[in-house]
Amino acid sequence: MRNREFVIEALIRVAGFSAIFFVVLIFLFLMREGVPAFWETSAGNFFGERWYPNEDLFGTLPLILGSLLVTLGAVVIALPLGLATAVFIRELAPGWLREILKPLVEILAGIPSVVLGFLGMVAVSPLVREWLNVPTGLTAFTGSLMLAYMSLPTIISVADDAIDAVPKAHRDGALALGATHWQTIWRVVLPAARSGVIIAVMLGIGRAIGETMAVMMVTGNAARIPQEWNALFFPARTMTATIAAEMGEVAQGSTHYHVLFAVGILLFAVTFVINAIASLVVIKGGPRRGGRLMG
Amino acid sequence: MSRQTSQRIAFALLTFLAIVVMVPIVLVVAYIIVQGIGAVNWEFLTSFPRNGMKEGGILPAVIGTVLLTFGTAIASIPLAVGAAIYLSEYARDTWLTRSIRLAIINLAGIPSVVYGLFGLGLFVLFLGLGTSIVAGSLTLGLMTMPVVISTAEEALLSVPQRFRVVSRSLGASRWQTIRQVVLPNALPGMLTGVILGLERAAGETAPILFTVAAFYLPQLPKSPLDQTMALPYHLYVIATQVPGMPLEIQYGTALVLLVLVLSLNVVATVIRSRFRRRRQW
Repeated sequence: MRNREFVIEALIRVAGFSAIFFVVLIFLFLMREGVPAFWETSAGNFFGERWYPNEDLFGTLPLILGSLLVTLGAVVIALPLGLATAVFIRELAPGWLREILKPLVEILAGIPSVVLGFLGMVAVSPLVREWLNVPTGLTAFTGSLMLAYMSLPTIISVADDAIDAVPKAHRDGALALGATHWQTIWRVVLPAARSGVIIAVMLGIGRAIGETMAVMMVTGNAARIPQEWNALFFPARTMTATIAAEMGEVAQGSTHYHVLFAVGILLFAVTFVINAIASLVVIKGGPRRGGRLMG
Repeated sequence: MSRQTSQRIAFALLTFLAIVVMVPIVLVVAYIIVQGIGAVNWEFLTSFPRNGMKEGGILPAVIGTVLLTFGTAIASIPLAVGAAIYLSEYARDTWLTRSIRLAIINLAGIPSVVYGLFGLGLFVLFLGLGTSIVAGSLTLGLMTMPVVISTAEEALLSVPQRFRVVSRSLGASRWQTIRQVVLPNALPGMLTGVILGLERAAGETAPILFTVAAFYLPQLPKSPLDQTMALPYHLYVIATQVPGMPLEIQYGTALVLLVLVLSLNVVATVIRSRFRRRRQW
């Protein structure tokens, strides 16, 4: 009996530490397959401006800039929408409406990205082409639009938590001093929730930069450096889409294969930094509720 | 401008933006249902694709996705639940525990296509599993872990502390307390988390691209080491790789995938709300 308990508790401990093990393992395997790219290509080639794997040109700059462009576009669209929706759900919507809106956001979170990508291709991109009068509807902007909606559930739920965490006394104090409901929201609640809102934005960025299928299907996949002021309305190609589209066709162990893994390392590093910073704030806060008994 | 006017303008703007968020969600779901429902019938669900996938059904893709979802459950649940129990019931607040939490948050943030690369590197090539259901399930399982851990931990933490105190004071050991008192009370919440995790796995494409998904297979997989077709990848293939694909079949496939995934969501919601109503603390 005691022995069995000992074994079970040991297993639970192992499971507990497995998360660290897996992060390290993922990093190691990305390095193992990706690092050879750095001596198989010159730095000038790897960070160059031209991505033509068939001619051994592996310039990742257009892909990195493509990811940045699409992600920035998505954040610019999603941030006001997400914040406003979070405030609306928490401060303005009556109870019954809240009970409809919250599941609706969950549904959005549940729609597979390939379904949104498909819809983006067949339904949204023709609209983009017509409205903006551009030669093709498969543009960075279309990608940003899809990504914005895909990161909305993250932004809304984190911002919602942040607003919820503002002490009621702050709010009551503002109202008692004669501030209107809106003044209270704008001058007291949102500033107090600022760090949570920043986390919401960061996690939204992390979500957007790593999204693959929808982006691959709607951005037109042209690896070009965004140069014009309106680059957002031309086709672009992201790091994620490049990996997804090309990994299936490369010979294992080739330079192209290693470079795709190296792009994976870049993605891993970027999302790691974003999430590490965001989580440092999350982990610190919050009192203990149930859980381990002391001693 | 008076304070009341600015409040009215601000609230109107907030309402407008919330509508801009919500209406497209309803439209997307409604549009796929309307466009896809015509293609979906019994034959569509139970027959193989024919004529270069331009006719026939999506049976192998549906079966493949169901198999992968079960595989994901097997791969992720034991480890994730164990980790959640550790974090909630055993871990002290040390730097080690904080690094575990950091690791979980980072696992949750790793792009799905990077999981695909990792699965290719470790399971498919290094461990020699090949592109197979096992390799795909392990990849998806790993990706699902952080979601399950955080929701399961949340469920465990919501069991009131006095339950543990009473059980321990009656002489039960820590594991007996967990097994007999904490777990039964946390079960519905944990189940919700597991299902939400599986929902995400069932709809994912990028992690299975290089680890399991087949473009087209004329028969169903016979062993866990076989490749399989899967709904999300199938939708990607017929939407982008097959010229002259009838639009109706594409919408039909999207609809089946959407229904499959969202029904998991509904199951999770029902479990959660029934549990909330019944719970007595």
